[in-house]
Amino acid sequence: MKTLVWVEHDGSAVKDATLAAVTAASQLGEVHLLVAGEGVDSVAQAAAKIAGVGKVHVADDAAYAHALAENIAPLVVELMGHHDAFVAPSTTTGKNVAPRVAALLDVMQISDILSVESEDTFTRPIYAGNAIATVQSSDAKKVITVRGTAFEKAATEGGSGEIEAVASQGDTGVSRFVNAEIAQNARPELTSAKIIVSGGRALQNGENFHSIIEPLADKLGAGVGASRAAVDAGYVPNDYQVGQTGKIVAPEVYIAVGISGAIQHLAGMKDSKVIVAINKDEDAPIFQVADIGLVGDLFKVVPELTEKL
Amino acid sequence: MKVLVPVKRVLDYNVKPRVKADGTGVDLANVKMSMNPFDEIAVEEAIRLKDKGVTEIVVVSIGEPKAQETLRTALAMGADRAILVNSDTKVEPLGVAKILAKIVEEEQPQLVILGKQAIDDDNNQTGQMLAGLLGWGQGTFASKVELGDGTVTVTREVDGGLETDSFPLPAIVTTDLRLNEPRYASLPNIMKAKSKPLAQKTAADYGVDVTSRLTTLKVVEPGKRQAGVKVADVDELVTKLHAMGIAK
Repeated sequence: MKTLVWVEHDGSAVKDATLAAVTAASQLGEVHLLVAGEGVDSVAQAAAKIAGVGKVHVADDAAYAHALAENIAPLVVELMGHHDAFVAPSTTTGKNVAPRVAALLDVMQISDILSVESEDTFTRPIYAGNAIATVQSSDAKKVITVRGTAFEKAATEGGSGEIEAVASQGDTGVSRFVNAEIAQNARPELTSAKIIVSGGRALQNGENFHSIIEPLADKLGAGVGASRAAVDAGYVPNDYQVGQTGKIVAPEVYIAVGISGAIQHLAGMKDSKVIVAINKDEDAPIFQVADIGLVGDLFKVVPELTEKL
Repeated sequence: MKVLVPVKRVLDYNVKPRVKADGTGVDLANVKMSMNPFDEIAVEEAIRLKDKGVTEIVVVSIGEPKAQETLRTALAMGADRAILVNSDTKVEPLGVAKILAKIVEEEQPQLVILGKQAIDDDNNQTGQMLAGLLGWGQGTFASKVELGDGTVTVTREVDGGLETDSFPLPAIVTTDLRLNEPRYASLPNIMKAKSKPLAQKTAADYGVDVTSRLTTLKVVEPGKRQAGVKVADVDELVTKLHAMGIAK
């Protein structure tokens, strides 16, 4: 099976989520990559070095500069003439592009897979991760998105992919990029952080988030996350949200501070290796999944923890 | 202008799903069902656009007869009329998108607003598929929607922040959580909704083949986490973290 993997990048480097998608794709067969964007030579060079990669298709055109699904989808469909599967990471870009590709190919997408059981059979979470379904696809071509935390990342060295330019399909004219506000964040990216410190509604306001959660995170070199309640209350921006509708993370250590543990939140973090919960309510559902729990007032406990670590 | 809003009846988001012992799926007998939360946000957004040029809101649901309740809820919130496409079998996003494409052809809306994902299947596909089938622009994961002159500008929640894109009408929008706070239907509006028109159709009426492409072989509960320990104080927590090699 020849698979085409969508390379997610920021214009200069390949993003980690792609590496997990490459691992999933390698379980299906021969791995080809698609690097689309404007001025993406360095990305293509980096992509070609990913272990196990065959061809690297490079589409360099202004129409692909912002990864608009309307322009990317026809490009992928063209390449799918000689590939059997399209694999994308379950990032917002992957989720935006892949279903459009699937519809144009008249196939049903398999979203957010956790494992590859065989060429046509996969597992995926449903109901906010409260059930795992094994599904078999009868479509000739497969369109798949991959949960990044469920697969090891492919090595970024050792590969010798062959770079090949692909003709642009042009601009479809049904979408136009206006602008982006990407949060400047010096801390590790949530989906690839080894340690995450997350705060919930109990923080009470954004200032407390800065003064209590962030010093602990910085001490640990951790990424900072939040529950939906903390995001909705405006303590932190949306992209901090961990959960069914936010980011899915699986760090080595997840420290939940003042988070009760609603199912929607657990859906985003319950595959973490070790979960630490700090909450003053000893009956909070978070303690049912926590490996280590500390019942106490976060305003006292967390500064003390930061101090003593 | 006309707006089409597809809505789905799903297991209420507060209910903890139970996997059936025979592994065929999740038990939906005698549990509370509700409108998919993202679809409520879609209905709300359509209503809010009413003072900005939207003249009619048509809601549509595809599924069992009980989806009528979901449509009545949308009508009570403020939608004008409803279409129910009856189907005995579960219809996948691809099938739903194909039926919706036919309805779009018939109704000629300028905007279709969908939820970004249904909280049962967690697919996050239907809006994008519909946009693909129609060849329209897709403003997915919207946290802000602004109607302009023949365009819609959508601020989208993307990894790392926000992205704003503009699309010529007609276009597709899918809603994210932050787009709005859906209203509750008042009792008088619930009563009024009972007399609003609700057309009954079948998938066959649209000539769409909705045969499933994916077969669910089994559904199991996720692996259970081992019960953890509670520590008495910060010192004990620090010792445990150090023992794991953290911040040592």
